[in-house]
Amino acid sequence: MDAPQIGRSVLRKEGRAKVTGQALYVDDVTPAGTLHGVTVRSPIARGRIIAIRFDPSIPWGEYTVVTAKDIPGVNIVKLIADDQPYLASEAVNHPEEPVVLIAHRDRARAAEARRHVTIEIDPLPPVFTIEESLARREIIWGADNVFKHYSVAKGDVDAAFANAAAVVEGTYETGAQEQLYIEPNGMLAVADPRRGVTVWGSMQCPYYIHTALAALFNLPVDRIRVVQMETGGGFGGKEEYPSVIAGHAALLAWKSGRPVKMIYDRAEDMAATTKRHPSRTRHRTAIGPDGRLLAMEIDFTIDGGAYCTLSPVVLSRGTIHAAGPYACPNVRVSGRAVATNAPPHGAFRGFGAPQSLFALERHMDKVAAAAGLAPDEFRRRNFIRTGDTLAVGQTIREPVTMGALLDRALALSDYHQKRQRFERENARRSVRKGIGLAAFMHGAGFTGSGEVHLSSVVAAEATVEGTVRILSASTEIGQGTNTIFSQIAAEALGIDAADIEIAQPDTAIVPNSGPTVASRTCMVVGKLVEMAALAVKHALIDAGYLPAFYSRTEFRSACARYIEAFGTLRGASQYAPPPGLKWDDEKYLGDAYGTYGWAVYVAEVSVDTRTWETRVDDFVAVQEVGKVINPTLAMGQIEGGVAQGIGWALYEDVVWREGRMINAQMTNYIMPTSMDLPPIRVYFEEVPYAYGPGGAKGIGELPMDGPAPAIFNAVAQAIGADVTRLPLTPERLMSVMEESAVG
Amino acid sequence: MAEAPVPRVACRVNGRRVALEGHPMSRLLDALRLSGLTGTKEGCGEGECGACSVLLDGELVNSCLTPLAHADGRSITTIEGVASDVALHGIQQSFLECGGSQCGICTPGMVLAAFDLLSRNPNPSEEDVRVALAGNLCRCTGYMRIFAAVLDARRRLGS
Amino acid sequence: MIPPLDRYELATPASLQAALEDLAAHPGARPFAGGTDLMVLLEAGHLPPGRFVSLSKCDELRGIQEDADGMRIGACTTYTEIRRSAVLSLDYPLLAAAASETGGVATQNRGTIGGNIANASPAADTPPALLVYDAELELRSASGTRRIAYLDFHTGYKQMNLRPDELIAAVHLPSRSPEWRGCDHYRKVGTRRAQAISKVCLAASMRLDGRTIADARIALGSVSPTVIRAQRAEQALRGRTIDEAAITDAERALSDDIVPIDDIRSTARYRMKVACNLLRAFLQSHG
Repeated sequence: MDAPQIGRSVLRKEGRAKVTGQALYVDDVTPAGTLHGVTVRSPIARGRIIAIRFDPSIPWGEYTVVTAKDIPGVNIVKLIADDQPYLASEAVNHPEEPVVLIAHRDRARAAEARRHVTIEIDPLPPVFTIEESLARREIIWGADNVFKHYSVAKGDVDAAFANAAAVVEGTYETGAQEQLYIEPNGMLAVADPRRGVTVWGSMQCPYYIHTALAALFNLPVDRIRVVQMETGGGFGGKEEYPSVIAGHAALLAWKSGRPVKMIYDRAEDMAATTKRHPSRTRHRTAIGPDGRLLAMEIDFTIDGGAYCTLSPVVLSRGTIHAAGPYACPNVRVSGRAVATNAPPHGAFRGFGAPQSLFALERHMDKVAAAAGLAPDEFRRRNFIRTGDTLAVGQTIREPVTMGALLDRALALSDYHQKRQRFERENARRSVRKGIGLAAFMHGAGFTGSGEVHLSSVVAAEATVEGTVRILSASTEIGQGTNTIFSQIAAEALGIDAADIEIAQPDTAIVPNSGPTVASRTCMVVGKLVEMAALAVKHALIDAGYLPAFYSRTEFRSACARYIEAFGTLRGASQYAPPPGLKWDDEKYLGDAYGTYGWAVYVAEVSVDTRTWETRVDDFVAVQEVGKVINPTLAMGQIEGGVAQGIGWALYEDVVWREGRMINAQMTNYIMPTSMDLPPIRVYFEEVPYAYGPGGAKGIGELPMDGPAPAIFNAVAQAIGADVTRLPLTPERLMSVMEESAVG
Repeated sequence: MAEAPVPRVACRVNGRRVALEGHPMSRLLDALRLSGLTGTKEGCGEGECGACSVLLDGELVNSCLTPLAHADGRSITTIEGVASDVALHGIQQSFLECGGSQCGICTPGMVLAAFDLLSRNPNPSEEDVRVALAGNLCRCTGYMRIFAAVLDARRRLGS
Repeated sequence: MIPPLDRYELATPASLQAALEDLAAHPGARPFAGGTDLMVLLEAGHLPPGRFVSLSKCDELRGIQEDADGMRIGACTTYTEIRRSAVLSLDYPLLAAAASETGGVATQNRGTIGGNIANASPAADTPPALLVYDAELELRSASGTRRIAYLDFHTGYKQMNLRPDELIAAVHLPSRSPEWRGCDHYRKVGTRRAQAISKVCLAASMRLDGRTIADARIALGSVSPTVIRAQRAEQALRGRTIDEAAITDAERALSDDIVPIDDIRSTARYRMKVACNLLRAFLQSHG
């Protein structure tokens, strides 16, 4: 048998194609006769469509034009609430809402024609903020502007507050964040009534698109085919919105009878597609005289934008993570997702948890101060331990090592020594320093009974050459799916990762292994890969072709003999929950996730009091994510997530005007460059998870949760004042410091 | 109406003489991609992200901001011209081994920016690398593995 | 997205003379240098159609030379060439600093100093340095050459003292007397450390006579409709020793020199405060 495949930095499977520029992204493929599609969008936030006017100076006969009337099936983007139309026909509910589609063989002509369509709208009063939505002066969605409400309750919160030694309150806000994958969204479609609909594109979730297109075209699922091309980053931004673009491209293809390509330019991608939900969190916390948490009352509200899309599930994850990795006997969390007339907010790495954990971990520093304890000591006293129960009622049965993670992070960052030194030196300096920490966890996989409902399937297929092909709908979007699946399958089969082939996600050939989201690919789908691979191996052993210990050559000949005898060799697996997991959808209580990744991050910052610029000087990320499958890829995941967290905390400010993003350019929406990031120092503790492949847990979202609160806690030390609103732009920090100087 | 002939610009791409088609003011990016060299990517169309970086007479440029007319008679290197037929260039090998490429869309531009740096400064510090890559945005890696890759390539090419 | 290009022309004359004749023969034609601004406008659909005259073959417009009264920098000299010039780095360090903080390497390789001036953005990075160095512009047309002080060139937001048939041929930097050496100060404040459009930019220098400020040059970007010289602040400092009173007076004068605005990148209030703080930091570093 070969050396262990798990735990080593196998080279990225498609890496060679990427470093040579040979990897094919959707815009790299243009079949003969392709038309280029563009979208005409609502110029205003809310109103009734009166008329659509086409400027007669444009030779419209050369163009394919699609409106809602051309939709063969249901004009709804199939997801959760069935409220979002593919093309608005009577009313518009946000700026940039799609109304008309245009295609032409010359992309520039299509772009030009877009400016010659006028959508006449009778405006209605719009709602732009969480406060306005909750005030309900205008009802823009359902009966009360609320997409979803969750309550999580544990213990007797009111009684605990009555007995508190101290009560600490705080309100925290976060802004929208653009995913800013470097490859903009894009789709290529062919469609006709005879052959059905096929789309190729940049995406995370082929089967989401598959379901949506079947409804849009009113076609049986076997007439829809969705193929993922190489995808230039997703981060959640290519979870649900690609269903819209795929539908639009396919509608134009259906009407024109030609292949239609729809590639968003950067401005359109930023202005029209989803972003991280803005949020507001209110905390009220009771502590006892010993510095222990007695009760937490948390009100968590997110701005969902104009349509429901994924807001209920984003809210769910944010609500469940809102009380963090602490053992608090009495907790009440109320979570709401509300409607505004902004483009729908959507999936973005962390999915609600970064918002609620930002609030929590900034608040915990203030609670620590009220308790007269250092931030680390206060947390240590309250950390959850094995056998304790989270707010949502989940008893943690596996080893939890928050204290050890904290110790390591403090030592690696030299936290105590620096905190004292900065405290001493700051008064005399124009550039002040601070160091702050955040402790948090992130659940892997779908929430609650989500994985059971998905019932994901994976298959493995051996060839006569002795290679094994993995068939799943889980997409490689840069995070390393292809590579870790190869390692997991190879480990199970006792062969080399190079002998594993990963099938291109194509709904015509791969089973539905669920969406590529929620830190589920490695842990949940990876486990299915392992099981499917084992099924292949056991078939060979059971048939008597493979001894218990074997070489690569023996494996190859066993495959060949099996296939010769039986035609094919295929193993499959389907999700089954780990034993003992219980979840109550009604009460919203139970085992919210199979397991969690746990982490403590430390940020060291400098604040220039002349320009109010904050710079992160050092960053330490310590986490426990089960067995690390591929150290290089895992470090890359953490570093990339930390970088996005730093951007969210300090730089990335979506500037809104009347519900529209007005800085929709890379020049004016500021993500970190190579000059803006500190050394990001990543450390793993490995506590194998019994139900993950080779002991692995999820990892993708975790690093998004910690940077912002750690940075804010560091800034609070540096400036000696509270900071509660993210992003902490220099302009905002200036106001904070001026107010604190006055106050 | 007969269509006007498409104007052409004669230049050298990856060592080969070619005639790139397009309006003089069209983007070098589009002309290269239309010629089949799709390794050069468009990330922003405003010279901000560097995904479209190519070398023009040995200097790093954003091909989205370079009009085709400016390629006239000049020599262009795209990502397709970096590796030999048989082997990856040392920079590419380092990106592969160090985890410098994740989703891959910024990679061609990053490799060319690194190529440009190392051809001018064979022994750059990490700070030099940070400065040289500041015009190439990456959203996946947080840049750390890219710095490691360029410093690894420095060693690889130096020895 | 790139618009249809049939209403755009890009001519490439073989020499400066041919370019000037082209501009004279085609009223409304516009010079096209490195393209780092014009191509962005084109892509965004904001570039008015018409004829453009590429200066790419005008070799006379390139290069950095010492002449009798200082330095001549051809208008099509790139930021990279400026950044790499040993003479400029030594004698005109603010210009080298500004060039190295403009965009990334790829932009620095294509963007030109003449283009940076002619784009007339109040946020342009090199012009404050040119103001500090009392630069003059050499403007050429088919009918002749004139030289004007750069201080008088920008007449309002995106307005210039430049005829339609003229182009900027060169920037002249007068020789610097040694007394100005050592006090040059450049600070660009953008939201990030690279590839940023400035929110406030300060370039400054002064001539000290002992502890007294004999003369000062203070120029700023992004705080007025054009890049500006803060002449009130300069006046407030002349003859003063650097102390808190002088700094406070200079800050007060500076707030009369500039008229910052709110836009998508920053706020008027922030720009005003930071401009004053940068001035203070400059003065304190020599106090």
